[in-house]
Amino acid sequence: MTRIELKVDGATVSDDVEPRMLLVQYLREKLGKTGTVIGCDTSNCGACTVHLDGRSVKSCNVLAVQADGAEVTTIEGLATDGELHPVQAAFHECHALQCGFCTPGMIMQSVDLLKDNPNPSEAEIRVGIEGNLCRCTGYHNIVKAVQTAAGQKTEA
Amino acid sequence: MTATQDAPTTEPRLEIGRDRRRKEDQRLITGRTKWTDNIQINGMLHLAMVRSPFAHAKITNIDVSEAKASRNVVDVLTGADLAETQGVLINAWPITPDQVTPTHLPVPADRVSFAGEIVAVVVARSQAEARDAAELVDVDYEELPAALDLKEAAADTVLAHPDLGTNKSALWKFDSAEAGTGGDVEEAISKAREGGVVIEREFRQQRLIPAFMEPRSTVVDPTGEQLTMWSATQIPHILRFALAATTGMPESKIRVIAPDVGGGFGGKLQTTPEEWITVAVARRTGKPVKFTETRSESLMSAHHGRDQWQKLTLAAEKDGTVTGLKVELLADLGSYVSLVGGGVPVLGAFMFNAIYKFPAYHFACQTVLTNKTWTDAYRGAGRPEATFGIERIMDELALELGVDPLEVREKNWIKAEEFPFTTVAGLEYDSGNYEAATAKAKEMFGYDELRAEQKQRRESGDKVQLGIGVSTFTEMCGLAPSRVLGSLDYGAGGWEHASVRMLATGKVEIVTGASAHGQGHETAFSQIVADRLGVPFEDVEVLHGDTQVAAKGLDTYGSRSLVVGGEALVKATDKVVEKAKPVAAHLLEANVEDIEFKAGSFGVRGTDAAVSIQDVAGAVFVAHNLPDGMEPSLDSDATYDPINFNYPHGTHLCAMEVDTETGQVKMRKYTCVDDIGNVINPLIVEGQVHGGLVQGIAQALWEEAVYDDSGTLVSASFVDYLVPTAADTINYDVGHNTTPSLTNTLGTKGVGEAGTIASTPAVVNSVLDAIRQFGVKDIQMPCTPERVWKAIQDGTAGATEDTVGAAAAHFDPATDGEGQSQRHDGNSSEGAGQ
Repeated sequence: MTRIELKVDGATVSDDVEPRMLLVQYLREKLGKTGTVIGCDTSNCGACTVHLDGRSVKSCNVLAVQADGAEVTTIEGLATDGELHPVQAAFHECHALQCGFCTPGMIMQSVDLLKDNPNPSEAEIRVGIEGNLCRCTGYHNIVKAVQTAAGQKTEA
Repeated sequence: MTATQDAPTTEPRLEIGRDRRRKEDQRLITGRTKWTDNIQINGMLHLAMVRSPFAHAKITNIDVSEAKASRNVVDVLTGADLAETQGVLINAWPITPDQVTPTHLPVPADRVSFAGEIVAVVVARSQAEARDAAELVDVDYEELPAALDLKEAAADTVLAHPDLGTNKSALWKFDSAEAGTGGDVEEAISKAREGGVVIEREFRQQRLIPAFMEPRSTVVDPTGEQLTMWSATQIPHILRFALAATTGMPESKIRVIAPDVGGGFGGKLQTTPEEWITVAVARRTGKPVKFTETRSESLMSAHHGRDQWQKLTLAAEKDGTVTGLKVELLADLGSYVSLVGGGVPVLGAFMFNAIYKFPAYHFACQTVLTNKTWTDAYRGAGRPEATFGIERIMDELALELGVDPLEVREKNWIKAEEFPFTTVAGLEYDSGNYEAATAKAKEMFGYDELRAEQKQRRESGDKVQLGIGVSTFTEMCGLAPSRVLGSLDYGAGGWEHASVRMLATGKVEIVTGASAHGQGHETAFSQIVADRLGVPFEDVEVLHGDTQVAAKGLDTYGSRSLVVGGEALVKATDKVVEKAKPVAAHLLEANVEDIEFKAGSFGVRGTDAAVSIQDVAGAVFVAHNLPDGMEPSLDSDATYDPINFNYPHGTHLCAMEVDTETGQVKMRKYTCVDDIGNVINPLIVEGQVHGGLVQGIAQALWEEAVYDDSGTLVSASFVDYLVPTAADTINYDVGHNTTPSLTNTLGTKGVGEAGTIASTPAVVNSVLDAIRQFGVKDIQMPCTPERVWKAIQDGTAGATEDTVGAAAAHFDPATDGEGQSQRHDGNSSEGAGQ
């Protein structure tokens, strides 16, 4: 067991964890942050995407011990003071989710994408979220939501 | 272009037709969701499955001693241990009385019949410990020859289940001459051979995997009077029934809950070994038990879809008028006959004739057992397969005649003024307008301009050629009239149930037997009830997916929720209004005959006196002042059984650029104009169409479940099974033409499967249209760059080979199973896979 201490969604947490425990398992099983979900064996689907020190990572691809001392933001910590993050609001507005299972990861990745590139082209958005799979929406409305969050005007 | 309704002109604004943002979204975008895997209960035990690596083998010995001794392992159970306590998995649709159906135990004790079948179950205090111990279970197998290739299996060369003596499960036939719905197809073909046109083609429907994003998960809590099961399922009610029917537990002692469910697409329309095992272990240990599958387990052992060979013979006159269609299918059931099983291809029997006026029709489907993962419904279920076959062969007819593919379709389709139309398959199409949908699609698409560009590129010998693909489809939606299902030997009905409860505060709770998993029922059903009762959209709460709350229901599949479940809701709502009328009359001191209900208010005809439905609900709640003898409740139930299916249709057009030097295809434009009748929520409809389109496009271009020679699924991860990404796809032009359905009062038609059903042939037709000039006649799906390139090189030969080598990824025979192939060059590399 290894002792780790980190900040998750603004709160400091500390636990003894097995060295092999993945960050996503730590979030779900130890902290009950079940908003972050597991969709594949590892790193294929992006459903578990969170921010680690301000950058998006697939939390199935990071060991919990690697997050020691870091700051983690999950989908549950994205809204502030009850106000949805603009990307969350845009996903709702543009009907960019159906079953919603990929949505936490998709939103966290989109936030990171817009941080790097506040005014992306459609092609840049599509490549920027390529690591996150969605089976319901066909991506059409997800792309539109990212454009909307970036303040771009969209057609259909 | 968006799907929009005309702006309402009356006050208050009607909810139906409005692009309401979804009620479901708030919790989903903030991570406050209840997926089955999120559930933790004190003392909960976790399961890991030991699965067969062989497609077909005898189990000669299982040594569980090391696993049992492993840390925090509670038990390790084999098929012999579970024996009769595990129950059995059912086939609800034996398509013929003499169907050959192997017994399907959750954990077989003596023989495995597909790679991925469960042979032992580890029960431990944590998931990690269960999975660790699963590695320690030592199983000895004696490998048996496996029936893998569908055509070979149909010839009984190797038996998937030796004790059954055959792989042929059932032969299901429909003949229009015998049924009295049309003429004799053999006669039509003979006549066409003499003086007309006969087109004979064989098409392959490759095996697909539904690949819902949420892996399946089941939690069973046996503590309490009722055993409670949470499961990532589309069918909580059917699941409860099947559990009771096969485990000996009374149905009343079982509660099934489908909490938030992360997609299904037919893939969660199943009763699974994992569910049965979780119940058995929970009953055995008396503890709550959870099983959540990994993605590779999901891809390997959750049911697959499609997998057919289709032999089609089309007869026509020289002018292109079709005179007969003969369809002979081989359908791969996999190792067992699953819940719907052979019923899936049989649903296609009614759809091969599609929108065309074939005077003679014959359909025969032979279902075949193999040693591969069992197959069942995947979005569209039988209808995409049928639509692909007919829309591909209509293109072949156009080519033979030298006319535009839309021209030969229009010559043969049912004209707008001919509805209602009884088809050669015996269905009555109630409404539609193929001319209008096609005209609109052509205009939105810029059909003539793109044809001109195609001509110009062809003449100039452009390295990138343009192809235009057409699909004019219809489908039967809304499973289903119970009598029809009964006539097809399906084991259940097709009704749906709804309840409407008027709360004391004036809010409304509605309960539906449909079970949503991403469709947006909470929003759309709220809109229907808000209009019907004249209450605010926000005041309607939709409850579903729990057999203790929604006691009756037949769940969600086959585009049935709105057209069957929504209609049940309408009927229950109308009963509430009828019950409220005498109360309103009593309160207003008027005759009940003079009471009119409009926009949430009961008024007395010819006066200003009125009382709101909320006030009536309040008066009924306190029950202080009700008419004599009146039961103090407005709550109402309705169970609705449709009299007919409904028949959405549409015209889909795809423009594809094909790089003739590399075989790479790039979608340039995709336009569809669907007729789904009246639209409740255009935003939700558009989302359903987009998602459906991409699943159908993915079949055409990317997805395939690939098995190697020994029956191992080699596309068992998202690296190898190519679910498309955002970078693979484009934006779609979605339009509508509306002819209301006449089979339900809302005038709606199903939309959940339309995109998937229609798009696959449009895409393949577009690829072929770009490269037919090189002598290409067909390309087997998925149309990968390799297949397209080979097709261009040598006509059709190289394009119809099975997926092997680099495309088959890991475990390639070339590497002796030692290494993995590189996708880009097909060479093997060091290392033992991933």
